[in-house]
Amino acid sequence: MKYLANVASLRINNEKCTGCGICLDVCPHEVFFMNGRQAAIQDLDACMECGACRINCPLHAIDVQAGVGCANAILRGMIRGTSPQCGCGSKDETCC
Amino acid sequence: MEDPKTISPKCCCGKAQEPAIADHAGSGKVDRGTIPVVSTTLSLADRLGAWKVRWGIKRGRYRVTPGLYAIGHPGDKDVVLVSSNYKLSFDELRKELDGLNVWILVLDTKGINVWCAAGKGTFGTDELVRRIAVTGLPEVVSHRALILPQLSAPGVSGFEVKKRSGFAVIFGPIRARDIKSFLDHGMKADARMRRVTFSFRDRLKVVPVEFVGAMKYFIIYAAILAIWLFARGGLTVRSLRDGSLPFLGAVLIGSVITPVLLPWIPFRSFTLKGWVMGFLWAIGLSAFQKAGIPLLAGNLLLLPAIAAYLALNFTGSTTFTSQNGVNKEIRIFARPMAITALIGIALLILGR
Ligand code: SF4
Ligand code: SF4
Repeated sequence: MKYLANVASLRINNEKCTGCGICLDVCPHEVFFMNGRQAAIQDLDACMECGACRINCPLHAIDVQAGVGCANAILRGMIRGTSPQCGCGSKDETCC
Repeated sequence: MEDPKTISPKCCCGKAQEPAIADHAGSGKVDRGTIPVVSTTLSLADRLGAWKVRWGIKRGRYRVTPGLYAIGHPGDKDVVLVSSNYKLSFDELRKELDGLNVWILVLDTKGINVWCAAGKGTFGTDELVRRIAVTGLPEVVSHRALILPQLSAPGVSGFEVKKRSGFAVIFGPIRARDIKSFLDHGMKADARMRRVTFSFRDRLKVVPVEFVGAMKYFIIYAAILAIWLFARGGLTVRSLRDGSLPFLGAVLIGSVITPVLLPWIPFRSFTLKGWVMGFLWAIGLSAFQKAGIPLLAGNLLLLPAIAAYLALNFTGSTTFTSQNGVNKEIRIFARPMAITALIGIALLILGR
């Protein structure tokens, strides 16, 4: 299953990438592949902008606007004027 | 060092289902014998609890006390698996560890599952580094490696953890059931283990919560309808049924049918998927309802919009939608959907 085409904000900076392969390990959607000695994007539309690759790339070669792909959170954020926060069924702050 | 009492989640509302207290003082030596050993079989209460959580009952309270736990009889060379303190995640993990000797380090993720917690940052670098110190893990094991679920990677920066705690982070498989095979194969995960799925069964699992959430809208609607009918002196079982059935159908279509049939419905946009299904429902309905034009038109405008909204909401339960994608859907569809829904409501009121 794929989500909307050409919206993911993922970019990879080939000048910084050393080909360590960590981004291939952490990505849950096989967005990257090894193009010779460097990582490259093979499936941009599969990227869900989770940000795992960005914070785990030791060379800071990846840029992506990480966020939650959850309409409820985004709408709530719009209404309250805050950044989208995933509720995920937890009411921990209000517990008790 | 933190006082362990202040870091265990103190939720006065739920005592049930929590296993033994597992936090150890961060100072001084850790006696391995005092670390609680947990079973790899789930009790009836565990299964019942899991079922309740899936239906949205007491979701926020289903948690395990953060800290270090033992499976079997682990020693200082045995591996450390890291988990969230959402009890469902913890249970899924431990039931796969039968016959192994391993440690489980449970982070305080406020009772939220691995993926959501990683997205929020509670299953994150800071909490991991802190929990390593608080539990005295460096004294419990002689090696310096941790196995984390791959889905925690959005919150945990492996190289950062290494720098701050000395522990190397190894991202293991996504699913707990692949853990044994991962360990057997020298901590290598194959492509299948690394890839998140969203199968028919996965979708069935998340649908109940959507359904329960959506039924709230229906109950509110039915209550308003009943009051309105009563005020006009026309409240009968029949009028209530005829008035609420179209709405109930749209709610079910948006929250259950569309999510379950997701890959087979045309369009990538969730709004459009829901809208198409809701439109089919409205058309089907008109074949059976002997109603005037305003009522038919009202249904055709309102029902697809309701289903579309609920379907878009389902993006929160999927494993592949992105924030920029959902933003785009909202930008494009929010206004037309709201307008058609309002016109639909107006027509429905006029048509009665
Ligand atoms: S993690 Fe960074 S440096 Fe390593 S392969 Fe990926 S982009 Fe290149
Ligand atoms: S943001 Fe997530 S889904 Fe997108 S490429 Fe990075 S790891 Fe993969």
